[in-house]
Amino acid sequence: MASVEVTNLANELRKDFPIFADIRNSRPFYYLDSAASSQRPMSVLDTMDRYYRHSHANVHRGVYGLAEEATGIYEAARRHLGRFIGARDPAHEIVFTKNATEALNLVAQGLGRVLLKPESHILLTEMEHHANLVPWMILQEQIGFSIDYLPFDAEGLLVLENLDALLERADILGVTLMSNVLGTLNPVSMLSRKAHEHGALVVADGAQFVPHFQTDVDQLGVDCLAITGHKMLAPTGIGALWARSEILEAMQPFLGGGEMISDVRLDGFTPNEIPHKFEAGTPPIAEAAGWDAALDYLETVGMEAISNHDRALTSYAISQLQDRLDERIKIFGPSDITKRGGVLSFELADVHPHDVAQVLDQHGVCVRAGHHCAKPLMRELGVGATARASFYLYNDEADVDALVEALLDAYRMFHS
Amino acid sequence: MNDLDDLYREIILDHYKNPRNQGILEGPAVHAEEGFNPLCGDEVKIYVKIEGDIVTDIKITGQGCSISRSSASLMSQAIKGCSIEEVKALVSRFKRMIAVEEVQGEPEPVDLREFGELAALQGVVKFPVRIKCATLPWNTLMLALDGAQAG
Repeated sequence: MASVEVTNLANELRKDFPIFADIRNSRPFYYLDSAASSQRPMSVLDTMDRYYRHSHANVHRGVYGLAEEATGIYEAARRHLGRFIGARDPAHEIVFTKNATEALNLVAQGLGRVLLKPESHILLTEMEHHANLVPWMILQEQIGFSIDYLPFDAEGLLVLENLDALLERADILGVTLMSNVLGTLNPVSMLSRKAHEHGALVVADGAQFVPHFQTDVDQLGVDCLAITGHKMLAPTGIGALWARSEILEAMQPFLGGGEMISDVRLDGFTPNEIPHKFEAGTPPIAEAAGWDAALDYLETVGMEAISNHDRALTSYAISQLQDRLDERIKIFGPSDITKRGGVLSFELADVHPHDVAQVLDQHGVCVRAGHHCAKPLMRELGVGATARASFYLYNDEADVDALVEALLDAYRMFHS
Repeated sequence: MNDLDDLYREIILDHYKNPRNQGILEGPAVHAEEGFNPLCGDEVKIYVKIEGDIVTDIKITGQGCSISRSSASLMSQAIKGCSIEEVKALVSRFKRMIAVEEVQGEPEPVDLREFGELAALQGVVKFPVRIKCATLPWNTLMLALDGAQAG
């Protein structure tokens, strides 16, 4: 593979992220675990701090000025996130949740309960994160429908041979836009078109994709999209579900409590308007403000610049790992770089991923080791665990070089 | 010796690469239990053959990291031929060595010499995340013994 020049993006941006200058990091620090959670720029931290110092009150309740200000900040974040992913009605189509997992649980319980019957089928893929498997399994226990699965091949690409037949009987297709283990970018625009031809709705898991690629829900053609903040420079504790307004209207409430109702009597309740009917209790207001600032940051850098940077770095990493470790390393996922995002799962010959991660830590290299919350996928790969390096806008070649050196050391340690 | 060398001692690496007592056992005197570490996907299945109150044989299958695999292998060597009571006492002492059990008051000094090769696993105390890897086979063994005693 021809060497690809990695942009200088990371050099310019790292100074915005205080963790890279932290005193505890006077030892080497190579953060290659952004697929698990990204780091935060100063602007996000400042925004949250400013919110708590100057603007905090509960939202949608008080009539005093401060409460209006807090409500304004919270609703502005909602509209910004909606615009960020190309929603047609940003003010009404974004439901804030705790994370992408809660968003998928909300779809399963809110939409699945309305749509599915014991004789129904839904279609998922074998590369889904547990978050897009278990909520459906819980609902299956409640209703009793069938779940079909789309398999993937040795390259980590979905096998679509039986797609039409499976979609024909499916009411819902659940699919990740990007695998958190294989890095595979699934052909979701095409899948959505096919699903709609067969009358199925598409529920997409965008946790890995949205932080790294320009996202347009219209272009993707999906009906629901789960997103999380903390993988895209925003705080933990906030995620979102986007769904077309007519779908949100049709969905049943999931979590009950304050704010999600328009009336409560002793014999029942009337739900609030969308999106509020899905937001029970006091929401994560400071986190929404932080997410708003994170979106500003991402837009200033540019999503295209970010995905190009990820791709160049992934390409550099694959070529370095293959050149320096040759047959001692096995990289999972598509070999076609255009079909994958900045996530690299690998296996080092005869060294368990946990041991790999342990030795890497000694070199200051942070990677994830384990089953990545995708146990069916791991069984399909025939491994119990993998090690995973993942890239974001603040990573550069030095991170990859440190990874390669540390892997060579791990290999030596276990083969002496 | 740095912490990492202390973790990956030669004995550990030897038992990881050449685990002892691998395989399965069958028969009426055999009790088996499976253990999982949901954090990392480590899996172990332990078969014990109990005659009278003696663990006369032990076999292990599964997959896992060097720490869980070597811990299982070293454990199998240490307990074969011991009575159930002796095994339970060893499990308790082993857990104390790797700082799992809460010790009231002054910690009782652990004499590493009594552990033989098992002492090699003591390096794990500096790596709290890995303690669960080391204890997985021991906890699974306890389940198998409990199963045997329950009938």
